[in-house]
Amino acid sequence: MIEKLPILSLLIWLPILGGMLVIFGPGQKHLRLSHWLSLLAAVVTFGLSLWALSEFDTSRYYFQFSEDRSWISSLGVRYSLGVDGISLPLIVLTSLMTMIVIVASWNNIKRRSSHYLAAFLVMCGLMNGVFAATDSILFYVFWEAMLIPMFLIIGIWGGDNRIYATLKFFIYTFFGSVFLLIALIYLGKQANSFNISVIQQMVIDLDTQKLIFFAFLIAFAVKVPMWPVHTWLPDAHVQAPTGGSVILAAIMLKMGTYGFVRFMLPIVPDASMVMADFMIVLSLIAVVYIGFVALAQKDMKKLIAYSSIAHMGFVTLGLFISFALLADKQVDAAIMAIQGGLVQMISHGFISGALFLCIGVLYDRLHSRNISDYGGVVNVMPRFAMFFMLFAMANSGLPGTSGFIGEFFVIVASLQTSFWIALLAGTTLVLAAAYTLWMFKRVIFGDVANEKVAALRDLKMREYLVMAVLAILVLLLGLFPGPLLEVMRTSVEHLIDCNLISKLSAEGMCS
Amino acid sequence: MQNQLLAILLFPLAAALIAAFIGKAWSHRITIVAVAISCILSINIAMGFVNGGLSPVNIDLYTWAQLGQLELHVGLLVDQLTATMMVVVTFVSLMVHIYTVGYMKEDPGYQRFFAYISLFTFAMLTLVMSNNFLQLFFGWEAVGLVSYLLIGFWYKKPTAITANLKAFLVNRIGDLGFLLGIAGIYKIFGTLDYAEVFAQINLGFNDVPIGVTDETAWSGITFVCIGLFIGAMGKSAQMPLHVWLPDSMEGPTPISALIHAATMVTAGIFMVTRMSPIFELSEVALNLMLVIGGSTALFMGFLGVVQNDIKRVIAYSTLSQLGYMVVALGASAYSIAVFHLVTHAFFKALLFLGAGSVIIAMHHEQDIRKMGNLKKYMPITYITCLIGSLALIGTPFFSGFYSKEAIILAEDNSHLAAAGYAHYAVLAGVFFTALYSFRMFFLVFHTKERMDEHTRHHLKESPAVVWVPLVMLAIPSVIVSWFISGPIMSGEFFGSSISVASNHDVITPLIEEYQHPWQLGLHAFFTAPFWLAVAGVAVAFMVTIWRPEWREILSKRFKLINHILKNNYYFDRFYIDYLSPACVGIGKRCWKWIDAGIIDSWLVNGSAKTVAAFSGQFRKVQTGYLYHYVLVMVVGLLAFLGWVYWRTLTV
Repeated sequence: MIEKLPILSLLIWLPILGGMLVIFGPGQKHLRLSHWLSLLAAVVTFGLSLWALSEFDTSRYYFQFSEDRSWISSLGVRYSLGVDGISLPLIVLTSLMTMIVIVASWNNIKRRSSHYLAAFLVMCGLMNGVFAATDSILFYVFWEAMLIPMFLIIGIWGGDNRIYATLKFFIYTFFGSVFLLIALIYLGKQANSFNISVIQQMVIDLDTQKLIFFAFLIAFAVKVPMWPVHTWLPDAHVQAPTGGSVILAAIMLKMGTYGFVRFMLPIVPDASMVMADFMIVLSLIAVVYIGFVALAQKDMKKLIAYSSIAHMGFVTLGLFISFALLADKQVDAAIMAIQGGLVQMISHGFISGALFLCIGVLYDRLHSRNISDYGGVVNVMPRFAMFFMLFAMANSGLPGTSGFIGEFFVIVASLQTSFWIALLAGTTLVLAAAYTLWMFKRVIFGDVANEKVAALRDLKMREYLVMAVLAILVLLLGLFPGPLLEVMRTSVEHLIDCNLISKLSAEGMCS
Repeated sequence: MQNQLLAILLFPLAAALIAAFIGKAWSHRITIVAVAISCILSINIAMGFVNGGLSPVNIDLYTWAQLGQLELHVGLLVDQLTATMMVVVTFVSLMVHIYTVGYMKEDPGYQRFFAYISLFTFAMLTLVMSNNFLQLFFGWEAVGLVSYLLIGFWYKKPTAITANLKAFLVNRIGDLGFLLGIAGIYKIFGTLDYAEVFAQINLGFNDVPIGVTDETAWSGITFVCIGLFIGAMGKSAQMPLHVWLPDSMEGPTPISALIHAATMVTAGIFMVTRMSPIFELSEVALNLMLVIGGSTALFMGFLGVVQNDIKRVIAYSTLSQLGYMVVALGASAYSIAVFHLVTHAFFKALLFLGAGSVIIAMHHEQDIRKMGNLKKYMPITYITCLIGSLALIGTPFFSGFYSKEAIILAEDNSHLAAAGYAHYAVLAGVFFTALYSFRMFFLVFHTKERMDEHTRHHLKESPAVVWVPLVMLAIPSVIVSWFISGPIMSGEFFGSSISVASNHDVITPLIEEYQHPWQLGLHAFFTAPFWLAVAGVAVAFMVTIWRPEWREILSKRFKLINHILKNNYYFDRFYIDYLSPACVGIGKRCWKWIDAGIIDSWLVNGSAKTVAAFSGQFRKVQTGYLYHYVLVMVVGLLAFLGWVYWRTLTV
């Protein structure tokens, strides 16, 4: 019975329905009930995602828990879902972070808090949909739909300049999406199916591949975000409420790199290979240039936002360096690079989420994000300082924390093909430590800077719990990355064996 | 065996975690007991190697990650070298733990301090007990983290929190080289496991060139060695990455003894020794070590002469002694480098803890110009510091004499190009070591009493919990070499854990000449180093006791040199006044000009304005919010179609 459960549909629709129920049910009238209902929906969703993880068969590369129903039959668009080792961890991450955000924003939102929590639930379902969709048009629908709750979260609960930020965010990402839609429709027409697995096995000539590559690139690069289409992110983060920032950094940025893994690399591998150097250069700019920019920030949220861009640079670097490694027959190193990128996605979800929560904790108390308004916080909030220290160190890529694994793999893999790429990527060791710990020093260390800081209260039980969960995850993943790598392994090997080979002719293609 | 090793490793970790949450009264008890157990077990293992009852152990504990065919493990390698390090680390750590009970008695961070130093012990043990490069890097960074936490222990002090940031960042520069070196190991050997790497070296392997272009590529082995050595330069504070160590003196004195003298800073020496089979393959790297080590030994010795802060004198002395060890590594005398590491750990920890004892008595006054004649008030500290200083300057029959003499003699036998330079550097270093050590010693314990009346009134010997560790460290500072110099110098003790290429062997000639420690001690009276040390003490005596006014005259006469030395050769000036502002400046400019300037105001907002201008016209036709959406879509579609059209034209 339980095996027949449409688990992916549940992961998508349960939080969405839960969110709707909160809005149209108890709503603002019965706030406590709304809050508990939201939490219940989030916990059940997370539980379901864990169950999916436990049932997942890591020895198989193809999509599991598949569902396939007719949807828009006249166009051949189907409601088909499925997960592999790459998307499942992201679904678990999404469900987890949604739960954490709901606990973290429990009493902190003064205006329409039930709607706020409901928006996160709806967004959680839609984001799970993005990761679970195996029909490209269905993917696109979720991809676009998930913007709406985020748009609302920033637009309604955001800071003073929220309208500018929302508009910038929306236009930027929507600008990219148009090209994605064109490419997906074209591919669907050619393949006579919108199923991703079918499209991935299609023969496409190089010129067409290049066009599709750029269409994908524009859509996905904006989301990652890659330099130079990254400027929406700091503005969106600064204006977004804490929960919005957490989801934005922890999950939404991964949409872009997920798009690279799911669409760009397998569908147009030849164009990706031709353009790999270009992508590597953009990734290195993200690591080095953005690292310097982060150093100059005076606003904590902006600093972490820029740090996110730099860390996502490792994901794209890992993905695209694998082409050079494969060309050189260094399969293990290519696996290392891709695994590094994928682990970095999960790890960055924890760390950036945690850092935005830390800043949220300070913002709730002092209503300022300026580094210069703080100083000596450790004197009044020692427990908070302890967690913040751990996350700052994880952000600097300290071994033993999750932040280390991805960077280590990608740098080691990079050196197998080029000294300079490895060296430039390696500057993150110094840069990330510099911007993160310098901020940490100015905010946390020192004597109490002013009366406002002196009046700060340490973490409440609820905040403590949230921080502790993330801290444990950061350390667990850092010390025992084996299980996560194992979940991804077969899918990554399949990606390398079948999907990164040339699509110029049908020869040698996996059936 | 495995359980015993795990106990050594995990007891301090568990104690650190428990101490962090348990009350103040128990925090020191639990950590001291845990480290004591570690220490006893470590000695037990070391004795096993000495008696020949034990052979090296290599265990994989669990698979950290599997990537294709590559397996990365967490595991333990314990051989003679590891056992030596384990004894040094746990013994000094234990002494420091006990000492801390007295030193930090009234500090509000008492409990936190014990948690940190116990955690440090765990991190350092992980580093030395690792059997692969990944875990080595973990330990490497973990000791860096604890060092960061401890330098900034008094987080209200602005100097302390600047110093810890500086220490972390400078170390990170070294770690970048280290990481690239590890990546190079994987490129050449396809594994990160020590045993497999060494096995491949013995069986013959293909060196893979690594470099900028194929034409200018270096030998992969040289690349790896230099990368790893850059890591060692960060951790073991070699020029020009030495700048963090003097500033690290902002931390409490017990950790200066434990971390910044005896253990963590010697991690680089240990690492290079552990990698001796690799370093033996690259004479470029060996020469580099001779130059860097020699320079550090000499130039940092100069700086010790002009310092007035008691801890800074010892810090510069540590830098200089680390330089000696690096010279030994460069001369392929790995076992002698470790020998000096061991003796140095004892006498330098002793000196630091002695300085701490003085600092408590002086109510946290660290300026030696405000001390004087403390021997009258603190006899035990006086005697133990005298022993430490005599060991440091290489007085015959003291522990430091054997290790330093061995370095000088071994280095003399080296045929590498840079050996000549290093030879004069370490010889001159002997004179300056004696000079700064005894200048400090005389100014603190002899000469006129220069402290204020209030301080003088309260001067007294430190409590037993402070002086017992001093005595416990003073004993090995005198005698340890009598027992270990023979087995270590003959290379018997380290067995297969160190390997030296036959054409680099500088130790065998030594053993032929010197059969017994007493003989070496007696012979010293006829050698240059001894008389250089005597000269150093004599000069120190002249400028402090006999003719103190000469100090003034000399510093006036050599104003320029004095100025350069006081400013640490302007390294700090360059890093702090130029390099770091330049980095922040680059960041600011990138942000303001490119991000905000070109991308945002020109590209993004510019396009938005254009769209807005168009939409102003369209507004008359369309109403509602949808227009923005549609318009962008139309513009995008047109642009795309236009591009497709243009491409078909050009193709």
